[in-house]
Amino acid sequence: MSSSSVLIQFLNGLAGASSLFMVAAGLSLIFGVTRVVNFAHGSLYMLGMYLAVWLAERVGFWAAVPLAAVAVGVIGALAEISVLRRIYKAPELLQLLATFALLLLIKDFALWAWGPEDMLGPRAPGFTGAVEIAGGAFPQYDLLLIILGPVVLGFLYLVLKKTRWGILVRAATEDREMAGALGVNQRWLFTGVFALGALLAGLGGALQIPREPASLNIDLSVISDAFVVVVIGGLGSIPGAFLAALLIAEAKAFCIGLGYSQATLVIEFVIMAAVLVVRPWGLLGRMPVLARPGTAEPPFARPSLRLRWTLAIVAAALALLPVVSGGYTLVLLTDMLIFALFAASLHFIMGPGGMYSFGHAAYFGLGAYAAGMLVLREKFPMELALALAPFAAGFAALVFGWFCVRLSGVYSAMLTLAFAQIAWSAVFQWDALTGGSNGMVGVWPAPWLSSKPAYYFLTLLVCASGIIFLWRMIYSPFGHALRAARDSPLRAEASGIDVRATQWEAFAIAGLAAGVAGALYAFSKGSISPEALGIQRSVDGLVMVMLGGIQTLSGPVWGAALFTWLQDAAARNVDYWRAATGIVILALVLVLPRGVGSLLQARQ
Amino acid sequence: MNMLAVKGLSKSFGGVRAVERVNFSVAAGELLAMIGPNGAGKTTCFNLINGQLRPDAGEIYFEDRKIQGLPPRERCRLGLGRTFQVAATFGSMTASENVAVARLSRERKLGSLFTSFRGSSGKETRALLAQVGMESQADRPCAELAYGDLKRIEFALALAARPRLLLMDEPTAGMASAERGELMRLVADIARRENIAVLFTEHDMDVVFRHADRVIVLADGELIAQGTPAEVRADAQVRRVYLGEEAAHA
Repeated sequence: MSSSSVLIQFLNGLAGASSLFMVAAGLSLIFGVTRVVNFAHGSLYMLGMYLAVWLAERVGFWAAVPLAAVAVGVIGALAEISVLRRIYKAPELLQLLATFALLLLIKDFALWAWGPEDMLGPRAPGFTGAVEIAGGAFPQYDLLLIILGPVVLGFLYLVLKKTRWGILVRAATEDREMAGALGVNQRWLFTGVFALGALLAGLGGALQIPREPASLNIDLSVISDAFVVVVIGGLGSIPGAFLAALLIAEAKAFCIGLGYSQATLVIEFVIMAAVLVVRPWGLLGRMPVLARPGTAEPPFARPSLRLRWTLAIVAAALALLPVVSGGYTLVLLTDMLIFALFAASLHFIMGPGGMYSFGHAAYFGLGAYAAGMLVLREKFPMELALALAPFAAGFAALVFGWFCVRLSGVYSAMLTLAFAQIAWSAVFQWDALTGGSNGMVGVWPAPWLSSKPAYYFLTLLVCASGIIFLWRMIYSPFGHALRAARDSPLRAEASGIDVRATQWEAFAIAGLAAGVAGALYAFSKGSISPEALGIQRSVDGLVMVMLGGIQTLSGPVWGAALFTWLQDAAARNVDYWRAATGIVILALVLVLPRGVGSLLQARQ
Repeated sequence: MNMLAVKGLSKSFGGVRAVERVNFSVAAGELLAMIGPNGAGKTTCFNLINGQLRPDAGEIYFEDRKIQGLPPRERCRLGLGRTFQVAATFGSMTASENVAVARLSRERKLGSLFTSFRGSSGKETRALLAQVGMESQADRPCAELAYGDLKRIEFALALAARPRLLLMDEPTAGMASAERGELMRLVADIARRENIAVLFTEHDMDVVFRHADRVIVLADGELIAQGTPAEVRADAQVRRVYLGEEAAHA
């Protein structure tokens, strides 16, 4: 690479950093004050893009950008007032789920309003040309972006340091209770901060339209980039977000410049890994204040005799079913069994483990893809592929889990989502190996398993054994160590338990079990698409667990069955199933936070 | 023999010196009280010895073995037990399960994935609970227990690791005064019987002077006095720190 192209790539990186910084700064600001990680922040960015493109056709580009940003700010304020305000005191997990629901709602809103096609934005009038820099052409608009990043940083700095409002924001970031005691009107402060954070995301999106089209997939790619940026920079630190955005954008620009565009995902991952090893709370972050003790979860009761009988009867009924029923019922039941195992594996780390995973589908999908590749490319017999594929998922969980258990709570949740997005992108981009967006077809079971009842029996046998294994582990010595690590990490360490190793092992076991479910899924459908490890599948898993009740043993299994059935019914009748899922989640979080199972318990 | 020896231990947080060149040692079977006003650096000291914090300077020897750099779990396995200022137990488990977890951890049997968790009804678990007077509460979830009882459970948890040195950060904080004397008597009895060295902090001076063999005094991160309870009580500097300038002269 010549020195002039190095300079051009460097400038490209700076231009890319600006929008990334704005999203990440908004995310950080909101977290600092409200302690909520806004999973819908990428969606606000996406909304900024769509609104700007739509407005630009009506009022022109330069009016559209600020208008779109302000509109997104207003939408953010409305979301805060209608949803988030109600859940600031709720457990972290419910807060994350609620913002996740917003993500789903916004995605379907954009689909409804602007359709599934990408929308190309106009170029910025007055900045359509290029300037010559060191012998190369560089777009004028990108130069403008390079300047805007530090301008926004400076503006935020001034607002936070010099205005009364900024001082209140900083006070609330330092000590929420103290700020409340000083008579700060928290309600409007929180709403204001949320609006500002949303506005920044909207601005970041709006400014991006001359460079890339607005598309429905941008929300997740932006939020996972933003997560990576705040994890690297330190959650809550705005200069940290700036530094990390620069680092990531430069690394990406140089990868593309050198002709390794596929390596951009890997480089992001490597940088994050390196930073986390040296500074677990990010470059400029501080160790988060631990949640106060005393939020003990109820114990998992040992399965009662009644539950054991119920399960035995259900299993016997399931085993006899093919005698009386066939066709579609068996297909649906096969799905239910597979997702029951998937939900049980997620529950294993979320319930007894106390770790949030917002990317559990990564392991489901990798199991499916590994099975497909072993059969189609390596020509393995199906039985062997089914046995080996879960280990690919388990291995990925081992690698990703190593990082996730080093962080706690929301940090860890953000990482799981970022990793899942990285896995999804890798599968989506790696055409030669995975078939890219088309996926793989012809992943069929061995002849003796190819009839519907035969495959159903196999699924029943494997899933039931898997679930029994997972449940046994909850009551094993290891399961107790895992719960000890969740209940009181300090006490567990002081009692000789290696908290991280225990959680790491649980993470890998859950990944392995999800991989089993994924491999079974691949052979049941005969084809695999990147959706198998998409974020939607991770959300499905979370809803199944929540629906059944996270602090119950068998709840997630019932939740999975109910959800799979509902989704099957809804997919045929409802166009906007994402929005429908979002509404179900919001209803669960706001009305039934302890799961459907709690209704039954309350009756007893 | 010295169970624990601390030499030149220092730690500061962003320019604030929490612990400054502190030296002391604890002998086997000895009850050493660490006293000092709030903010004197007692808990920081504990966290350094226990391995939760890394010292800026100084050395920590456990039975003449340098233990710096070892994480808390490994110090526990060497025989260094700890209880916390705010009682920490496993809230989702019963009292006996709590103790059994600590016991199985000592026996390195917590890794087992497919065996059943038995041990909460084991003889040793019952005996440990009986030792702290909690036998009758064995099957109650910790989340339901009174705070004083949690302190006892945590003590049993620490004992389950068979420690040779116990760090107890305010073992009686948050308890009624009658209960306090009782718990401290229990700690002293068990420590003497089993030859366990105990380093504890305590605000209740009655408890300190009644049970400690020796007392060390911290103020502003520095060790200002040490000796028998009687010596420390008579120390002018200690009186100044605790009672204020005038009272010391009066």
